[in-house]
Amino acid sequence: MVSLSWYLGVGALLFAISVIGIFLNRRNLIVLLMAIELMLLAVNINFIAFSHYLGDYHGQVFVFFILTVAAAESAIGLALLVVLFRNLATINVEELDSLKG
Amino acid sequence: MTAQTVLFLIFSGVMLLAALRVITARNPVHAVLFLVLAFFSAACLWMLLQAEFLAIALVLVYVGAVMVLFLFVVMMLDINIDRLREGLWKHLWAGGIVAALIVLQMWLVLSQPRWNTLTEPGPGIANANNIELLGRLTFTEYVFPLQIAGALLLVAIIAAISLTLRGRKDTKRQDPSQQVKVHRADRVRLVNLPSDEGARQTRKG
Repeated sequence: MVSLSWYLGVGALLFAISVIGIFLNRRNLIVLLMAIELMLLAVNINFIAFSHYLGDYHGQVFVFFILTVAAAESAIGLALLVVLFRNLATINVEELDSLKG
Repeated sequence: MTAQTVLFLIFSGVMLLAALRVITARNPVHAVLFLVLAFFSAACLWMLLQAEFLAIALVLVYVGAVMVLFLFVVMMLDINIDRLREGLWKHLWAGGIVAALIVLQMWLVLSQPRWNTLTEPGPGIANANNIELLGRLTFTEYVFPLQIAGALLLVAIIAAISLTLRGRKDTKRQDPSQQVKVHRADRVRLVNLPSDEGARQTRKG
């Protein structure tokens, strides 16, 4: 039978994969944004697993709000990316150095 | 090996493999498509956990809107992918250590009998009407955060539009800050026209 710890383990592995993704793709803004989405997904899996096994619906309500906030945040993040690309023609984080002292 | 265990292993395996491909894919469009696959597998996992409303909401809202937005942006941008992937594997050791520490700590916690032994769904989950109970909770105890979430979405819309809006070029608007910044050199240009000394003016011009 699948116990709670299996679901929490899957969530932890997904979070670890997205952390590795941030370390690897430190230049590519789009993949950074996608790694953040994966982190949020890992946390959501944890919430829903706890909600199922403890019989408490508050976890699912919280996931509802996390989905809302994550959608808003990715919309604004992508808008920023588009404006950045319009001005600099690049999404390479290393080329954002005009404030470098 | 019940059917539920097999399904859990399939969905979580597909999800983790898709997540790995998201961060290592060469083509950004492929990366977004693998992210779509990861979210879809997570939705199937949530179905197994009897959270049907949130599983469908994940597919409709997240995959259907946010991932499509990602695809639009990725397809719009003309990216030189080779420069972005220089030194991709250089920092794998640091990321690997951090990720291994996270997984190790989680394993140390998860191997406690407190989490291991929970194999049955909690009281009230098994035959519950998921949408009804979620709706009851959202609209009574969490109605204030719900309104704030709505306001937050409105703010996000306004922010995204005002960031990327390009005004109409054919309107004649004044921008006082640009008017004040003008220099004489932008407006006046002195030209040296040699005078025509031998010319005479007659009545006919």
